[in-house]
Amino acid sequence: MATVELPRPVISVSVQEADFDVARLQASLLSGAAVEGAIATFTGYVRCDNENRQVEALELEHYPGMTEASITAIVNEAAVRWPLLSAAVVHRVGKLAPGDQIVWVGTASTHRESAFSACEFVMDFLKTRAPFWKKEQSGASAHWVAARETDDKRADRWREGDTE
Amino acid sequence: MLKVLFFARVREQLGCASLDLPCPESGLDLDMLQEQLCREHGDGWRDVLEEDNMVRAVNQVVVAGNCALTDGDEIAFFPPVTGG
Repeated sequence: MATVELPRPVISVSVQEADFDVARLQASLLSGAAVEGAIATFTGYVRCDNENRQVEALELEHYPGMTEASITAIVNEAAVRWPLLSAAVVHRVGKLAPGDQIVWVGTASTHRESAFSACEFVMDFLKTRAPFWKKEQSGASAHWVAARETDDKRADRWREGDTE
Repeated sequence: MLKVLFFARVREQLGCASLDLPCPESGLDLDMLQEQLCREHGDGWRDVLEEDNMVRAVNQVVVAGNCALTDGDEIAFFPPVTGG
């Protein structure tokens, strides 16, 4: 049986301390891939309070190498499920302040359903698989943020196949 | 040699970011490595490394359960991830 090669999407993954410009990132999805149809994007911002604690600063640690590899693997999984033309993920590390941009995911596809779904899929698995850890500073104390069961449940939905 | 890495809360609790261990000729698996670390460093390490939700990765891929290790492997211990 002949196998059909799906066109491989143009994928970009960046883990960086620097802030990012969402307009430039969206434009980057258009370079190197002929985008027709739709682009869906998600931008995450640092919370001002979390579990009733005022957040004054956030420090993000990651596992260099594994972080990039795991995000790339998640995007590749999305590309198997939906016809992606291009996708990009940027995640910041280091010291951040409330209100700062922290993560951006953009997915380009021929139709909005696949662009939306792929964007959400990447974000859900990034939160549960990519090795980042948040440490919140509030007042004189600092503590590591605990993983949330609701994030695991969101990612699990994709396995059940009830969201497509 | 085996490279062992610790991240985030685990790194802070152990007071250790990384260490190198010789890989014995007789072979080693992930559970044996963890037991060796606990024996060499004491109960403080055992309490942390034996936590129910501890994540273990070999060569930057999360491993569920045990697996054989070979010379040159990179092993990591870390808490559940909280990015995004």
